[in-house]
Amino acid sequence: MSSHRGFILPYLTSAPLGGRILLGVLALLAVLVPFLNLAFPPESALHVPTYVVALVGKYLCFALLAISVDLIWGYCGILSLGHGAFFSLGGYAMGMYLMRQIGDRGVYKDPILPDFMVFLNWKELPWYWYGFDSFPFAMLMVLLAPGLLALVFGFFAFRSRVTGVYLSIITQAMTFALLLAFFRNDMGFGGNNGLTDFKDILGFNLQSDATRIGLFVASALALAGGYLLSLFIVKSKLGRVLVAIRDAESRARFLGYRVEHYKLFVFTVSAMMAGVAGALYVPQVGIINPSEFSPANSIEIVVWVALGGRGTLHGAALGAVLVNFAKTYLTGAAPEFWLYFLGALFILVTILLPKGIAGLLGNAPDSWTAFSKIGARLSSLFPGRAP
Amino acid sequence: MRAALRIIALVIAAALASTAAAQTDDATLTKLVADLGQKSFSKKSKAIDALFATGDPRVAAILEAMLSRNLYKQKSDNAILVKTKKDGKSVYQNPLTKTAIETTSKLKKVRINNKLRKKLRGAIGSLSLQNKDPVKRIAAADAVFKSRTKGMLAPLEAALSSEPDDAVRDRMRRALSAIQLVHKSDPEVRVAAVKTLGEFADPEVRGLLNSLLVKRGDGSHAEANVTIRAAAEEVLTAAERSAAFWGTVQNLFQGISLGSVLLLAAIGLAITFGVMGVINMAHGEMVMLGAYTTFVVQDIIRTTAPGLFDLSLFIAIPAAFLVAGAVGVAIERGVIRFLYGRPLETLLATWGISLVLQQFVRSVFGPTNREVGTPSWMQGAIQTAEGLTLTYNRIAIIVFSLMVMGVLLLVLRRTWFGLQMRAVTQNRPMASAMGIRTGWVDAMTFGLGSGIAGIAGVALSQIDNVSPNLGQSYIIDSFLVVVFGGVGNLWGTLVGALSLGVVNKFLEPYAGAVLGKIFVLVVVILFIQKRPRGLFALKGRAVES
Repeated sequence: MSSHRGFILPYLTSAPLGGRILLGVLALLAVLVPFLNLAFPPESALHVPTYVVALVGKYLCFALLAISVDLIWGYCGILSLGHGAFFSLGGYAMGMYLMRQIGDRGVYKDPILPDFMVFLNWKELPWYWYGFDSFPFAMLMVLLAPGLLALVFGFFAFRSRVTGVYLSIITQAMTFALLLAFFRNDMGFGGNNGLTDFKDILGFNLQSDATRIGLFVASALALAGGYLLSLFIVKSKLGRVLVAIRDAESRARFLGYRVEHYKLFVFTVSAMMAGVAGALYVPQVGIINPSEFSPANSIEIVVWVALGGRGTLHGAALGAVLVNFAKTYLTGAAPEFWLYFLGALFILVTILLPKGIAGLLGNAPDSWTAFSKIGARLSSLFPGRAP
Repeated sequence: MRAALRIIALVIAAALASTAAAQTDDATLTKLVADLGQKSFSKKSKAIDALFATGDPRVAAILEAMLSRNLYKQKSDNAILVKTKKDGKSVYQNPLTKTAIETTSKLKKVRINNKLRKKLRGAIGSLSLQNKDPVKRIAAADAVFKSRTKGMLAPLEAALSSEPDDAVRDRMRRALSAIQLVHKSDPEVRVAAVKTLGEFADPEVRGLLNSLLVKRGDGSHAEANVTIRAAAEEVLTAAERSAAFWGTVQNLFQGISLGSVLLLAAIGLAITFGVMGVINMAHGEMVMLGAYTTFVVQDIIRTTAPGLFDLSLFIAIPAAFLVAGAVGVAIERGVIRFLYGRPLETLLATWGISLVLQQFVRSVFGPTNREVGTPSWMQGAIQTAEGLTLTYNRIAIIVFSLMVMGVLLLVLRRTWFGLQMRAVTQNRPMASAMGIRTGWVDAMTFGLGSGIAGIAGVALSQIDNVSPNLGQSYIIDSFLVVVFGGVGNLWGTLVGALSLGVVNKFLEPYAGAVLGKIFVLVVVILFIQKRPRGLFALKGRAVES
C-alpha cells in the first residue's frame, strides 16, 4: 500500500491546478451521483435520473478518449485522425463479450451464435469470436485489439518517417478502411447494425440502476486512471523526450534519441486508452456499430482537445465534456444548428484560441486578462490595420 | 448438292416474293384462318403451314396472336377472332380487317401445345425475315437462331440471298450456320458452319458450341464427329481468348473512367494542397457546391428556356467555377491566411468550414438527393459486337477531365498569373520583393483550386447522387490520389488518379467492390510508407521546408 502511495502521490501533488480540479470533480461525481441516484426517490428534487447518469457516464468515456488524443497530439505532435478506430475496436471487443452473454435469450434462442449470425445462416462461431464469453479475455482484447493495430500501423508509419498532415491523412484512411470493412456482413461483426440488444454484464442486468451506477463509477475511475497515467508519462523523462520530438523532431533524432520508438510507445498506449474508453462506452449506450469508425467522428475528437486546450490533459477532458454537452443540448433543441456550431467551433478555436480554454485560463486568474488575450490575438491577425 | 440447294432456295424466294407482292384474297385467307380452330393439333399444324405458304403480310400477326393464346373461336359460326386489350377491356377483332366485333356467342380459346408453339415461332420468324424493317429482320434471325427449327433452313437461305443489309446478313448467316450445324449431316457443311459461327462468338454461340463437346453418361460425345468437335474447340478457345481480351478492355475503360472522376476531384486539391501546401478539408464541399450549381442552373433553364436544356452543362461549368471559386477566395481571405505554416490547424479549421457548408446546403436544398438531368447528347452508349459497352457520359467525363488538366497546365505554365503563382510558392519573400502581391496571388490560387473542384462537381452530378454528403465521399480518395501521385506535381496527380482507378476496377471482380477499395487503401497506406513523397517526388530544397 505504501509503495502505491509513493508511486501515485507525487503525481497527485505535482498535477497542475486544472488536473487537481479534474480529479476532485471526478471523486465528487463518483460519490455524489450514485448517492443522489439511489438514495432519493424519483419524485425528489435531489434525485438524479438514470438517463443523466448514463449521459454523464458517456461524457466521461469521451473525456478519456480526448485525453488519449491529447497525449499524442499535445505532447508528441502526432495528430491522429483515426482515434475513433481504436475507440471502436475497444467497443467491439466489449460488444462481443456482451453478445456472448446474451446466450439463448436472443430472438433465435441459439445458445452460442449471436442473432445476426443465425439470421445470416452461419453454422458455427468464427474463430475470432472464441474466448469472448470470458470477461478477462474480452478485457484483454479491449487493450490488445487497438494496441496491436496501433503497434503495427505506427511501426510502419513512424519507421518511414511519415509525419504531420501525411500521418493525419493515412490515419484517416485507416479508419475509413475499417469503416468499410465493418459494414460488410461477412466480417462477422453484425455488419450495418453492429452489436446491440445486450442483456447483462458479469451477470448484472444492464438496464438496472445499480449496474448503470457501477458503469458510471468505473468510467470515472478509468478517466482518473487514464489522466494519472498520462500525467505520469508526460512528467517522466520519456515525456520530456516526447515534447522535444513534438517541437523539433530532427533535432531530437540528431541528439541520439530513437524517435520512432518513443512515438510508437506513446501511440500504442494512447490507442489502448481509447480502447478502454470505447469498452466503457458500449455498455452505457447499448450499441456499437460501424458508424463509430467514420472519419468525421475521429476528427470531432480532435476539436474537443483543441477547444479544451491541447497539451494540458485536463483541458482535453474539459473540452470533451463541453462539446458533448453542447451536442446533446443542440441536437435536441435545434438539430440544424449543431453542425453550424461545431463548424464554427473548429474555425474559431483554431484561429482565436490556439491554446484552448485551459491555455486561456491557465495563466490568467481573472477573466479580464482572458478577454484581453483574445483581443490581442484578434489584433495580431490584422497587423497592417492595427492603429 | 450446294448448287441444287441454292436453286431451290431461289425458287422459294421467288415464290415468297411473288406471293408477298400479290395479297391472297380475303375469302381464301378467311377459310385458312378458320382452319386454325380445328380440334386436332395435327390439323392445326397443317393449317399453320397453309397460312404460312400464302406469305400474306397479315399472317404474321394472326400467328402471333395464336402463339400468345389470344385467338378465340366463336362457337356460333366457327369464325376466328383476335382478343386485344383496349383501355383495360378485352376487345375482339376480325383477324384480317381488324374491325372490332360485338360477340354474343360463346368463345373458345384456340389451344396450342408445345409442338405447335415451336412451329408458330418458326413460321412467325421466317415471315418476319421478310419484314421491311431491318431491326425486325435481325430480331427474326435471332429468333431462328434460338429455335433452330429445321424447317427454317429454306426460308432463311431465301431471305439471305435477297438481303441487302450487311448487318442483317451477318445475323442471318449466324442463324443459318446454327441450323446447318444441328440438322445437316454433311461434315464439310457442318465444319464450315462451325467456322462461320466462330466469327460471332457471343455467349449464345458459345453455348451452342459447348453443347457439342458435352460427354454423355455412357462416355460417348454429344457430337460423334471428331473433326467437328476439334473445330468447335478451336473456335471456343479463340472466343474465350477474345472474350477475356474484351473483358479486360471493358475493365480498363471502367478503371480509366473511375480514374478520371478521381482526377477531377483531386486536381483542384493538387493546386491547393500540392502547390500551396494548404490542407483543405472543405475541398469536397467545393465539389458539392459545383454539383448544386448545376442543379440550380438546370432548374432555371427548365422554367425559363427548356430548349437550352442540352446546353445546361456548358452554362453550369463557368457558373460552378465562379461559385466555388468565390467561396474559395472567401475561405482563403477569411480563415486560411491566418493559418499559413500551421498545417494541422488549417486542417481542423477547413474541416469546420466543410461542416458549415454541408449544413448550409442541407438547410437550403434539403437533405435528400437532388435530381440533375443528363443532356440528350450524353445519354446512351456505344455497344460493340464483342460486348463492349462504353456509355457516353463516362466518355464525356474522361475527355472533360483531360481537358481540365490540359487547361490547368497551360494556366500554370503559360500565363502571367501562373508565373506569379509559381514564384510565390517557390520563394515568397523574393516574389514579394519583386512587387508581386503575394496575398492576392494566394487568394487567386486558392480560388482557382476551388473553382476547379466546382467544375468537377458539374461532371460528378452526371454520375453520382447530388446530396449534401457528395463531397465527403471524395475527400479521402482525393487526398490519397494527391499524396500517392506526389505533392506539387500535376502529372503525378494524373498518373495517381488513373492508376488508382484502374487498380480498383481490376480488383473488383476478385474481391468485390468494398474489399477492393479496402485493399487499395491499404496498398496506398503501405506505399506512402515506402515513398512518403509520392510517385513523382519533388526534389531539392523545397521539399524540406
